Amino acid sequence: MSTVTMNPVVPEGVSLPIYMDNHATSPMDPRVLEAMIPYFSGKFGNAASRNHSFGWEAEQAVEQAREQIARLIGATAKEIIFTSGATESNNLAIKGIAEMYRERGNHIITQVTEHKAVLDTCKRLEKYGYRVTYLPVKADGLIDLDDLRRAIDDKTILVTIMSANNEIGVVQPVAEIGKICHEKGVIFHTDAVQAVGKIPVDVQAMQIDVLSLTAHKIYGPKGVGALYVRRRNPRVQIASQIDGGGHERGMRSGTLNVPGIVGLGKACEIAMQEMATEAERLRAMRDHLRARMEAELDYVEVNGSWKHRLPGNLNMSFIYVEGESLLMGINDVAVSSGSACTSATLEPSYVLKALGLGDDVAHSSIRFGLGRFNTMAECDYVADKVIGIVKKLRELSPLYEMVKEGIDLSKIEWAAH
Amino acid sequence: MAYSDKVVDHYNNPRNVGALDKSSEEVGTGLVGAPECGDVMRLQIRVNPETQVIEEAKFKTFGCGSAIASSSLATEWVKGKTIAEAMEIKNTDIVKELALPPVKIHCSVLAEDAIRAAIGDWKKKNGVAETEAVAAN
Repeated sequence: MSTVTMNPVVPEGVSLPIYMDNHATSPMDPRVLEAMIPYFSGKFGNAASRNHSFGWEAEQAVEQAREQIARLIGATAKEIIFTSGATESNNLAIKGIAEMYRERGNHIITQVTEHKAVLDTCKRLEKYGYRVTYLPVKADGLIDLDDLRRAIDDKTILVTIMSANNEIGVVQPVAEIGKICHEKGVIFHTDAVQAVGKIPVDVQAMQIDVLSLTAHKIYGPKGVGALYVRRRNPRVQIASQIDGGGHERGMRSGTLNVPGIVGLGKACEIAMQEMATEAERLRAMRDHLRARMEAELDYVEVNGSWKHRLPGNLNMSFIYVEGESLLMGINDVAVSSGSACTSATLEPSYVLKALGLGDDVAHSSIRFGLGRFNTMAECDYVADKVIGIVKKLRELSPLYEMVKEGIDLSKIEWAAH
Repeated sequence: MAYSDKVVDHYNNPRNVGALDKSSEEVGTGLVGAPECGDVMRLQIRVNPETQVIEEAKFKTFGCGSAIASSSLATEWVKGKTIAEAMEIKNTDIVKELALPPVKIHCSVLAEDAIRAAIGDWKKKNGVAETEAVAAN
């Protein structure tokens, strides 16, 4: 049937499968692993043991990591709290602030394309008598700052808006949000999981009060994250959600994951040194990938703002092709889709729907998440592969045929099932 | 999600892809599903007016691999069958043949709907009485 190349030549230096899903998780940098190894066996001490060298050694490593993390985001070491990852950081931030500032107010503002770790935490708080405003986003995925200004009232205690989105890579106007929050005396938390280490994040310049980050998105290990909690101007207090030995200034009890923390610290140190050059490299690869596909395929659309976007993110819809069938055809490339068929719920991506995209466009979307270890040769292979499969599937697509014949699909009475 | 070998085979080598002349008296067209749901199937049959045997079947599907496989299989199965025999094809047969997981059963339902819609269209064109309910399209 098709004359397109279904199995393009694998370029030299490229080994299959190719991992291009770095928003989900990233491979660990060998330098991070190397830094962690001594802390699994030889240097196994409990960082809370104050009376012997094993404990001191572990504590020293933890404090060094705190410094490394703080430096990357413009904070001080004392403002860093270790957690098990960003889901915990988000839970601790939102629930901890809600509890601590309950007497001041019960209103929280967030937005619709947040990660579920934020949205579902807010939903739970609604059950406990909190009022939550879910700001909409514009077609480009950004919130409207006037909406935010209008939403803040005298009961607002917290604004939680992500720095960058995990699906479409759209970067919110964090500094402007911080400014508005500080003018109104409201605490500003940001889920910066996708942004930290990828684009400059500075808690002072951006007036961020509380920030969630995690190691495994920045080439560190899974199971370790951190929460930045501002200590001055203003001092933010958080009610602990896990009680016990009073670790982490009482905000998060539990023996510290020393090897993981060392890994997170090292990952931040590397990011700090390499972020600028890496971002440029990722942007070049990402732009190339987009240009190749746009040159050879019609009816492709980039989802979300192109200007305000993480350098490694490309979220594209290949209209008239269903996302899961596309993934099936590129099974030697790891990417993800906003298609319903790839989720357990059979609902297409709520993030794409929030942009106002039709379900059909959302069903056709693929997220390419480029990372440190991807190469230009890989991008060419992926482009070849995607172009070939999209062409093949469009030969199979009644919708593509109808559109090519000039039929307006919106005029057809579809029998929804 | 892991796909059965048969789904992968139909996906890689879909049978009977294409279109028949929908204005022909001998051709019945079924278009089922909706773009918003992520599945649209178009199944067409060409029926011998003398014998009522389906001599040709073509499909095009927008949908996941299981939807493509279900409709590809449906075209294989209806070919050579009479209209009455083709009406006997059940979605559960498709589920069994392709080893579809529960979350993909709707793909087989859609394929059954597509067969019935194509037959219904052919019957309408040829003034054949509806002997049983045909999936409305």
